[in-house]
Amino acid sequence: MKSGAPNEQSPVLSVRDLCTVFGTRAGDVHAVNSVNFELSAGEILGVVGESGSGKTVTMMSMLRLLPSPPANVKAGTVHFEGRDLLQATDKELRRIRGGRIGFIFQDPMTSLNPVFSVGFQLRESLRRHLGMSRKAASKRSVELLEMVGIPDAESRLSAFPHQFSGGMRQRVMIAIALACDPSVLIADEPTTALDVTIQAQILELIRDLRRDLGMAIIWITHDLGVIAGIANRVLVMYAGQIVEHARVEDLFANPSHPYTRALISTVPAVRGHRAKRLNSIEGQAPTLLGMPNSCPFESRCSSAFARCAQEAPHRMQVGSSHDAACFLVENASHVATN
Amino acid sequence: MSPQIEQEASQPLVEVNSLKVYFPIRSGVFRRHSGNVRAVDNVSFSIGHGETMGLVGESGCGKTTAGRAILRLVPITDGTIKFRGKDVASASPEGMRKMRPQMQMIFQDPQASLNPRMTVASIIAEPIKEHQNLGRSETIERVQELMDAVGLNRDFANRYPHEFSGGQKQRIGIARALALNPDLIVCDEPIAALDVSIQAQVVNLLADLQSSRKLSFLFISHDLGMVRHIADRVAVMYLGQIVELADRDDLYANPSHPYTEALLSAVPEADPEYERSRRRILLTGDVPSPSNPPTGCNFCNRCPKAFDRCFRDEPALKEISEGHLAACHLFDNS
Repeated sequence: MKSGAPNEQSPVLSVRDLCTVFGTRAGDVHAVNSVNFELSAGEILGVVGESGSGKTVTMMSMLRLLPSPPANVKAGTVHFEGRDLLQATDKELRRIRGGRIGFIFQDPMTSLNPVFSVGFQLRESLRRHLGMSRKAASKRSVELLEMVGIPDAESRLSAFPHQFSGGMRQRVMIAIALACDPSVLIADEPTTALDVTIQAQILELIRDLRRDLGMAIIWITHDLGVIAGIANRVLVMYAGQIVEHARVEDLFANPSHPYTRALISTVPAVRGHRAKRLNSIEGQAPTLLGMPNSCPFESRCSSAFARCAQEAPHRMQVGSSHDAACFLVENASHVATN
Repeated sequence: MSPQIEQEASQPLVEVNSLKVYFPIRSGVFRRHSGNVRAVDNVSFSIGHGETMGLVGESGCGKTTAGRAILRLVPITDGTIKFRGKDVASASPEGMRKMRPQMQMIFQDPQASLNPRMTVASIIAEPIKEHQNLGRSETIERVQELMDAVGLNRDFANRYPHEFSGGQKQRIGIARALALNPDLIVCDEPIAALDVSIQAQVVNLLADLQSSRKLSFLFISHDLGMVRHIADRVAVMYLGQIVELADRDDLYANPSHPYTEALLSAVPEADPEYERSRRRILLTGDVPSPSNPPTGCNFCNRCPKAFDRCFRDEPALKEISEGHLAACHLFDNS
């Protein structure tokens, strides 16, 4: 971090009431439900949740990357650099995607084009977004590959994606995403397909790059360990909603939503106490057909009570920069104020 | 106890000795044999009755091939695999067919390992029909028992795999593996494709089944936390070889091989304060190709502690303390 805590006054990106539904034959699937969050300059915001919790769809909706139909971003605003991305023209969006907002995807093999050299794919983004000449773009490409730690960068420019290992391919993806010096980098499960030792290398690289370049990062993952190591603040998603939001220390020290608590306790660690039996969350995540009118976690929650089945809880304050969508939090804060 | 049973109890269920699985590389117009991918290179270990052996390592280290070789699902190049004292590697086709019911497998991808055109009942009944002579109603009864045992609703017996979630599909795969009352189940990354909350459900189910049915598991995984939870002993593989093998608590508390140390230190922990203060051993570079391993120790080009001997001689797997084996020259003089 450049100067202690990230600046909380000026969010670079602010998302309000984002709702995305997918039209299916069975009915509308509410994949993202009233999602609100802000991203401050220079911070790493972790987004954690299981598959189908809406992490990726939220990010894709923000940049209007979802095919419509079936997807329909029904409501919300996404403020970025003085404009609403959901109202922006296609031309504006093309300039922002890959320019001011960089994207890294989970699988580097499918997100790189196999028939073009790595150098071509790097130059493409530089020439398109920054209008660089061929020569200048080539020079900058070498610098970028060196920056992400690819040895012998100059000769590797003419190599094709299949000639790189998984970890190296992900480094190339990071170089492409950072080519135009973005102010926001969205990393969608960038280390999930990698081995742990390679994951450790990539995490270290991202920490260094963030310190040197100062962009804000949204880091999507299902791995709580990765979140603990890299994020400043965390959003926990479940069934298309943000169920808890906190600074990373608070989230692990004082998880307030029963889902977060359960999630943290199901993961076995490689050190410390070893439980005889794993805590498990019984049942499975709800299908998102139809508007939710109860707490989405109600059927699996060990502390659910009558009210949880009757109405959906909103995010309620737990502490400073810490909130959770659970009626238990509301009750606890009532007790505290009385 | 009859003498035969007594002998069985003292003997491990599975004994793997100097197992080698090489895949030939053919090149040129004549497809000449030009080299080998040494997927498993001189691996020895044993699995006791009712024991869970964890096999960990990164992708491409040969852990899956080793597991498949025990069931003879891949051709074995060299070495012996004794299952209840009988060699699997040299068994005749008929002899192998007699042994198969006792050894089963659970696969990584529950979607790909179930036939989409078969109902759940017919998937679970298939091994029973193949190996046992049961009547129709007995088979149905057996299938229903198995569905109960793995926590699937009996009423879903006539549904197709796509109607189930990932965790439930994995339960179907487990029921199929249990159908013939095996002694050994090779679990090849059984939870890698599942969500965290579902992983715990499946692992608890496996643990329950193990204690109620006296099963032995070979648990192949790259998830070091989960292996620590479920395994009794753990073997760490790197580039086709076992580099360290020890009791679970011993291995996690005193990792001795530099690769095991690096692997454990790379695992991110769900504890922000610890994450901030810990010192990681960062390995440089990638795993070399198993068709062209380095001379000397396989790990020498990435090892932070390598010295001249490591680039010359291959270290043997030897005991460094009771029940703790490691293949590293650092322990030669101790």
